Amino acid sequence: MTTASARIILICSGKGGVGKTTLTANLGIALARLGKTVAVLDADFGLRNLDLLLGLENRIIYTAQEVLAKTCRLDQALVKHKQQPNLALLPAGNPRMLEWLTPEDMQTIAGLLAERSDYVLIDAPAGIEQGFKNAAAASREAIVITTPEVSAVRDADRVIGLLATMDVRPVQLVLNRVRPKMMANQEMLAVDDVTDILALPLLGLVQEDERVIVSTNRGEPLTLEANPSPAGQAYLNIARRLCGEEIPLIDPSKKRHGLRVRLINKLRKTTGLF
Amino acid sequence: MTVLDFINHLLRRQKPSGTMARQRLQLVLAHDRSDLNPELLDQMRREILEVVQRYVEIDIESCDVSLETEDRVTALLANLPIKRTREFPLPSGSSAFGSGPSAGIAVASAEISVIGGPSPSPAAAPAETGEASAASQP
Repeated sequence: MTTASARIILICSGKGGVGKTTLTANLGIALARLGKTVAVLDADFGLRNLDLLLGLENRIIYTAQEVLAKTCRLDQALVKHKQQPNLALLPAGNPRMLEWLTPEDMQTIAGLLAERSDYVLIDAPAGIEQGFKNAAAASREAIVITTPEVSAVRDADRVIGLLATMDVRPVQLVLNRVRPKMMANQEMLAVDDVTDILALPLLGLVQEDERVIVSTNRGEPLTLEANPSPAGQAYLNIARRLCGEEIPLIDPSKKRHGLRVRLINKLRKTTGLF
Repeated sequence: MTVLDFINHLLRRQKPSGTMARQRLQLVLAHDRSDLNPELLDQMRREILEVVQRYVEIDIESCDVSLETEDRVTALLANLPIKRTREFPLPSGSSAFGSGPSAGIAVASAEISVIGGPSPSPAAAPAETGEASAASQP
């Protein structure tokens, strides 16, 4: 619980709707389950949602705005998670904060959170404008999340370029909404395609999973469950890798072959001819 | 995948869309990353050629200056075949574009490589010194 060892990690994507906030919520819970003290900071002041995904929306009294204005103490603003008290949320303030918030303000907030945590996760806003730059200025390292779609990968590339100029490193990649069947049929960008194009180390693969929607409906991140669904397990694995554990990554597009290959394999097995 | 898609896929009539996505991305990212518009690139190309021309005679027709991206690193690649080196570099500002006298001996001296250094063949020597002195006078 010292400032020096606290890891301040930016979670960003460029494009909106690829799963930044879901990753922040699930990773926060997963790290807390691993015994780490975690603070999650909603840096999306315009369109805040992290409180909703964590199920903490009804317990917000103060926000980052009051902490910066020194009208309240940090521990008054922090909302502790009931089931995982190791995790605390610092909610985003009023959208009008965007007009005056500076990178130094964000650094101040992140510094305060770092004093009392092992991990500070900053949920960046979509886009590459000032809101994103403020959040990046306060971060030491980053996780870029993207989906295997051309628009998401292109936007991720812009963000990676910006992070390089801002000296945020290391930057790692999470590939979200992976559909193994479509990848096997080559109807989706393959995992290797995305990692080659973006030239980042892969921190995790999250499959498309309906349970994600159910969990956001309830405000209970998947990683809270004792036996999480595939996506929940993927988030837990990401947390473990972040802590330095070596957990092999399985490329789902290579696990299952396309229909043609499977038919040929079946023929091969049944006839034993070739 | 619709039935028609599937048939097309089986008959390999159409590239799988994943492959198309990769190719389109690689193209668009090469441009995004370089952040240089075509006019600027062309201006840079002309200026680079001008500087190189002052030191060596190059084959303007087969010169190629382009941007290529690999592993997040965008490189400026210039492929400038050298006809021969100049004994005395031309002063800056003088353009050697379309210099006449060396055209006739281009084939004979095309073999000279950059690493080989100044080793002009006897036939090429008078033309080269003549050009250098002519250029240094104004």
